[in-house]
Amino acid sequence: MTVTGEWHGVSPKYLGVEVVSSIIGGLVLAAVTVPFILNGSWFGWPALAVAVVIGLTTLALAPRRVRSIGYRLRDDDLEFKRGIMFHRVVSVPYGRMQLIDVNRGPVARALGLAELKFVTAAAATGVTIPGLVDAEATALRDELVALAESRRVGL
Amino acid sequence: MSEQPGDGGPIQGGPIQGGLSQGATGHGGQGGPRQAGTDLTDGEWHRLHPATPLLRGGIVLIAVLGFVIANFRERLVDWVFGAPDLPGDPLQTAYERGQIGWLGLIVVGALVIGIAGFYLSWRTHSFRVGDDVVEVRSGILFRTHRRARLDRIQGIGIDRPVFARLFGAAKLDISVAGQDAKVQLAYLGSAGADRLRRDVLVLASGLQAREQVEAEERTADALGQAGGQVPGVQVPGEQVPGGVPAQAGAVPPQQRERLVNQRMRELLAPELDPTLAAPESVVRIPPGRLIASLVLSGFTIGLLVVAAVLVTTSMLGDRLFVVFLLLPGAAAAFGYYGRRFTKSLRYSIAGTPDGVRVGFGLLSTSNDTLPPGRIHAIEVSQPLLWRPVGWWMIRINRAGAAGEGSAQSSTTMLPVGTIDDVRKVLGLLLPGLAGEHTRGLVLAGLVAREGGGFDDAPRRAWPIRPLSWRRTGTALTDDAILIRTGFIWRRLMVVPLARVQSLRLSQGPLQRMLDLVGLTAHTVSGPVRATVDAVDRERGTAAFELWTVRVDAAGAADRTQRWAAPPTTPTTPEGDPR
Repeated sequence: MTVTGEWHGVSPKYLGVEVVSSIIGGLVLAAVTVPFILNGSWFGWPALAVAVVIGLTTLALAPRRVRSIGYRLRDDDLEFKRGIMFHRVVSVPYGRMQLIDVNRGPVARALGLAELKFVTAAAATGVTIPGLVDAEATALRDELVALAESRRVGL
Repeated sequence: MSEQPGDGGPIQGGPIQGGLSQGATGHGGQGGPRQAGTDLTDGEWHRLHPATPLLRGGIVLIAVLGFVIANFRERLVDWVFGAPDLPGDPLQTAYERGQIGWLGLIVVGALVIGIAGFYLSWRTHSFRVGDDVVEVRSGILFRTHRRARLDRIQGIGIDRPVFARLFGAAKLDISVAGQDAKVQLAYLGSAGADRLRRDVLVLASGLQAREQVEAEERTADALGQAGGQVPGVQVPGEQVPGGVPAQAGAVPPQQRERLVNQRMRELLAPELDPTLAAPESVVRIPPGRLIASLVLSGFTIGLLVVAAVLVTTSMLGDRLFVVFLLLPGAAAAFGYYGRRFTKSLRYSIAGTPDGVRVGFGLLSTSNDTLPPGRIHAIEVSQPLLWRPVGWWMIRINRAGAAGEGSAQSSTTMLPVGTIDDVRKVLGLLLPGLAGEHTRGLVLAGLVAREGGGFDDAPRRAWPIRPLSWRRTGTALTDDAILIRTGFIWRRLMVVPLARVQSLRLSQGPLQRMLDLVGLTAHTVSGPVRATVDAVDRERGTAAFELWTVRVDAAGAADRTQRWAAPPTTPTTPEGDPR
């Protein structure tokens, strides 16, 4: 894990996290419609259908979503990209990183994954690299912390 | 953190410190023994202004105490000494008096405890300013001790609430980045606050400046003692003879008259001493323009819309109901206008060697100094109704002032001004904008319909920006990104490259269809969002790459932490976590 400039993808196992969260999201959406169905509202069943379609679409797109996430370490900055419909690339110069979090959700932990969250002085930066294998996450964190230390600038 | 005043750096030796001490003592023998030969930045603990307990709310207690004593004095005396000599039923009266007496005693006791608490909190509240940090400790039961690094200072503000001004006191806020992260010294003597701010800024600016200032200060002191005026001192040197003792210590009687005079002078003096700032750099806002700008603000439009809706509904329905809504609404609106007006009155802005100083306020004044490199983004905008008269306002993003009661005034750098004023203020805020080439860019960014050095959106961007696609564009100068948007609400955003935290390139479905991208420069939070959503994809991607490189280079080259330090000296400790 060094400064190479190649795009790194996230672990394929991250698909599991995405699938689980898509299913949960779909179930929540479906659950919202249940009272209307029990109430006998005319839009109860159509709403359920929409919820199911949304859930299935999210599920179907999960692999592509996972594949779209990537990061690379360049000479001066970390570049992060994600998103299919709303694609975005964020560049964070190493010197601007204030702290780096390693987070593990319940599903991710079961799969041995972790996510790295980068915090700069700007709240809008919002760069989170999910689905890194534990060892990779800590190595990347240490690497980035070292880089940030050596290039620290003021606010 | 050094305890000794003299060991701030290897260059600065004993003689300089000695000279400073002499200057301070020769300044009129102010204060008690604590201050003898010292100043507020000598690394010793100092207390706040003696009137602090009163100003922080203790005055209410004293007023209540006075009220209670004045009203119940006779009864208290009666109760204490007995012997009721009044007509009426003695038993009943005595009984009642007894009750009242106990009640009064409890009230008085509570008040005395309260006053003692205020006094104790003043006693325990102290601060010190060393060479690298400013520290405040306070609290009686729960002690707090806060330290702020001087090179992390984002701004120093002096607030003078109207009541405090009568006491000749001022509040000094040293803000550093972060939520609720500021060191507040409330209250200090008015002159002491000015002096402390100057000293803190000098300390924060770096060693070289400190030397210079001390040298100049000595000459200035010598001049001041010789009775001569100091014309146009470069350094913001406080030259009020016989300044108010900054903290504890009785005022000698012979000084009292002078003190009163000075109080009056402070109350009436302009927020910025004209000798401290170049007069041509000061923008003036006539009160008439301020009123007009408020009348023409977006708030007024909203107000009119709401009023129209209310009146229309009143035609249809219950009229009484509308009156109940309208009256408080009108009162609130007038309150808002009044607040905005008095807050923005006597606006002044000036460049000092230690940054931009902005002053506001008629009765309660506030006065903010932003050291160089503490402005994270600038927005010049023009509300719709200001367009015919050609006025603009300038707001900034700054670290440390966000989410606060006074955020409105502390992020507004120019409440209303002509395009000429805008140019002056921008030049102060970001000296890189004062150049000939960039001046043209700024002008184009403000008023041009298209082009003028900006990389504009292509014609196919019209579905996203129906009116303003010609004007929507970006430009890059040596030290800043310029973003221009808006055809009806014209805006120009300027983000210094060294202050950009990260950059984002984004593309939504609609943008993909039009082969466009959006660009955002992330800065610390504030009223300015530097984002543009219609840029040609190829050019946008190229700009993204270029900006990325330039942002990193600018950050690495940035030396504003210690803005006046010699460029080669590594005064900023590398890798120091905030």
